Amino acid sequence: MSKNKKINIVISGVGGQGLITLGNILARAAFLEGKDIKMSELHGLSQRGGSVAVQIRFGKKIYSPLISVQEADLVIAMERNEALKSCLFGDKAKTIFLINDNSIFSPAFGDKKLDSFEVIKNKILPFAKKIYSINATDITTEKFDMPVLAGIYMLGCAISKGFIPLKPENVLKAIEDIVPRGIEDNKKAFNLAKQSLI
Amino acid sequence: MNWENIFLKKQSGKEILLGNNAIIRGALESGVQFVSAYPGTPSSEIGDNFSYLSKHFKTDFYFEYSINEKVAMEAAIGASFSNLKCLVAMKHFGLNVASDALLPFVYTGVKGPTVISVSDDPSCHSSGQSEQNTRAFAELAHIPILEPSDSQECKDFVKLGFEISEKFKIPVLIRTTTRVAHQSGIVKLDKFKKSKNKAKFVKNYNQFVTMPPRVLAMHDELLEKIQRIKEYAEKSEINTIENSAKGKIGIITSSVSYLYVMEVLDKLNLKLPVFKIGIFYPLASDKLKQFIKNLDKVLIVEELEPYLERETTIAAKDINPKLKIYGKEILPETRELRPEQVTAAIAWLLKKQYKLKNIEVPKTLKRFPSLCAGCPYWLVFNGIKEAVKQSNLKQEDVVFGGGIGCYMLASFVPHNLQDYLFCMGSSIGIAHGIKKANPKQKLISLVGDSSFFHASMPALANAVHNQSNPLIIIMNNSITAMTGQQPYPGITETGRKEKGKLIKIEEVVKALGVENLRVIDPNNYKEFVKTVKDYLNKNELAVIIARSPCLRIKK
Repeated sequence: MSKNKKINIVISGVGGQGLITLGNILARAAFLEGKDIKMSELHGLSQRGGSVAVQIRFGKKIYSPLISVQEADLVIAMERNEALKSCLFGDKAKTIFLINDNSIFSPAFGDKKLDSFEVIKNKILPFAKKIYSINATDITTEKFDMPVLAGIYMLGCAISKGFIPLKPENVLKAIEDIVPRGIEDNKKAFNLAKQSLI
Repeated sequence: MNWENIFLKKQSGKEILLGNNAIIRGALESGVQFVSAYPGTPSSEIGDNFSYLSKHFKTDFYFEYSINEKVAMEAAIGASFSNLKCLVAMKHFGLNVASDALLPFVYTGVKGPTVISVSDDPSCHSSGQSEQNTRAFAELAHIPILEPSDSQECKDFVKLGFEISEKFKIPVLIRTTTRVAHQSGIVKLDKFKKSKNKAKFVKNYNQFVTMPPRVLAMHDELLEKIQRIKEYAEKSEINTIENSAKGKIGIITSSVSYLYVMEVLDKLNLKLPVFKIGIFYPLASDKLKQFIKNLDKVLIVEELEPYLERETTIAAKDINPKLKIYGKEILPETRELRPEQVTAAIAWLLKKQYKLKNIEVPKTLKRFPSLCAGCPYWLVFNGIKEAVKQSNLKQEDVVFGGGIGCYMLASFVPHNLQDYLFCMGSSIGIAHGIKKANPKQKLISLVGDSSFFHASMPALANAVHNQSNPLIIIMNNSITAMTGQQPYPGITETGRKEKGKLIKIEEVVKALGVENLRVIDPNNYKEFVKTVKDYLNKNELAVIIARSPCLRIKK
């Protein structure tokens, strides 16, 4: 097998949650560490509250912009129901799921009931080495009154727990380069995540 | 992101660029002077970011959002005939609209070098309509097509496209797909070239006028030109062979499929010879013959229709009739490819143990895209339903015509107001046919305001002139919303710094001879419902302009 170790990250969620910005930050941080990167994203109608998944890959040399099935190292799910859709990329042997315990309603659901978080986690279990959940939206709403910072907070968790082999200082630098406004709040949310209890 | 630095200042070093942004950078490094576009995912960022650059910084190019892709193409043709270096950008369906101007443009050839960027969307991530493959235009139009696989190639191929265009005096098409246009990767930046082309239209009847019999001579000349470009392609560095002379099993590929192939070879630690085709048309068939000459088996990895597979089959007849050619037999012909499918295909070819895993992803409720909370379209859709109800009709009794824009979401729950959906402008065109077939059929045709200018005006004129009687509701939210808030002729904002002249939709509608016309803000809900009800019961064509701005319009 190849010696070219590649890190594969899926960020899933709902359009409008800032997934592409998160992906851009990760890609930039990896770039600052001299890694090759590829990222794949979708735009357009799918953004209007539809399911969105951004894929980021980095390593010595990366070809494909898409991650193969069962080859994600990490799934960051910004919405807990969307985490289920990322199971395609999950592998019991290696994939870590970091899930924001946040549920976003869609008019498409009608009267149908969504799974409880316990049920969701049980469904993900066969695809995950480990599942971590975190109330990122609640925390960033309470601390900053900015639910949109949940993504940065999740990123802070992933970096501080070592789920992504990138240096925190490079991620902070990437936040400065990528985030168009509110850089200080973003950095605070990122740093606050170090204290998270996962 | 430091736009000025990344797009206009830096002349060395590396940056992460989205494929579409790499196309922009390639055009700027080539000294592009005239850019026109109509938005459409996955191509929209090309226009949007040219627009952003032209609004915020001092730049050397003219940019416009044209009202549709054909007009964008024609604007570029005029600028090219006036000696400027031009780029036109659109999505694949846009090329259908533009094709009427494209085909003669390939005949006449360019004066100023011209590159046309077209983005396909296999798997229809952001497209209804059809799973179109722009490669088919190669044979139809005889236009050279380059297929980049990643952001670096997006930049390099645009520059090469301008070179080919300049050298052979022909427009060149750059075809991307969603996974190329919306792929980010590291790009090496180079110096900017300044174009010294002075704009002037110098009359040249022989080149610019496609009257017969001259047009037939142009056809002959075009075929000769393509033959010369084929000879160029035979030597081109973007038709490359990797791992040459290493075995009896080879792979032929292009575009993003090439990246999947290389990923698999890297993963499985294989060194199979790979022929990567950068110039799809005209194909370097001699190089292809050389590549397959000594092979036993060849795998063609390409998305959608098997064009390269057919060319390989033809080439093999002469040079290696015993060659076993595998393509669509083992890889799908519809939808985009996925890397694991390519892994399975290569493993199968090598008789290696690899089974495509059949993974059952846990079920969850489907999440359709939906209208933004507070979007005025909610009022329009609900108002239509209410008016239908108040008219003692059932929803089943009324045909609802759909079109391209955010109002496509009428298709989904909770609205369910879409009984046909085709292309830009067709909502009214098809409504006319339905009404002519059966004038008693109740019908409401929904039209967006950008769609109105794009291709709906001829359909409306046709319905008025030939006297059919649909109820047309123009959803006037004052922006091209779905593709990301691009301006259109109904407002004064344009894609550049200078303001444009606002064209009032109601004046156009009136001028086209519509007598039953109301402009209503759907927030005035009762009045809106009443008007829909009144007009639905009319026996003449009627137009309601439902005017309320998109919530996302940047103030």
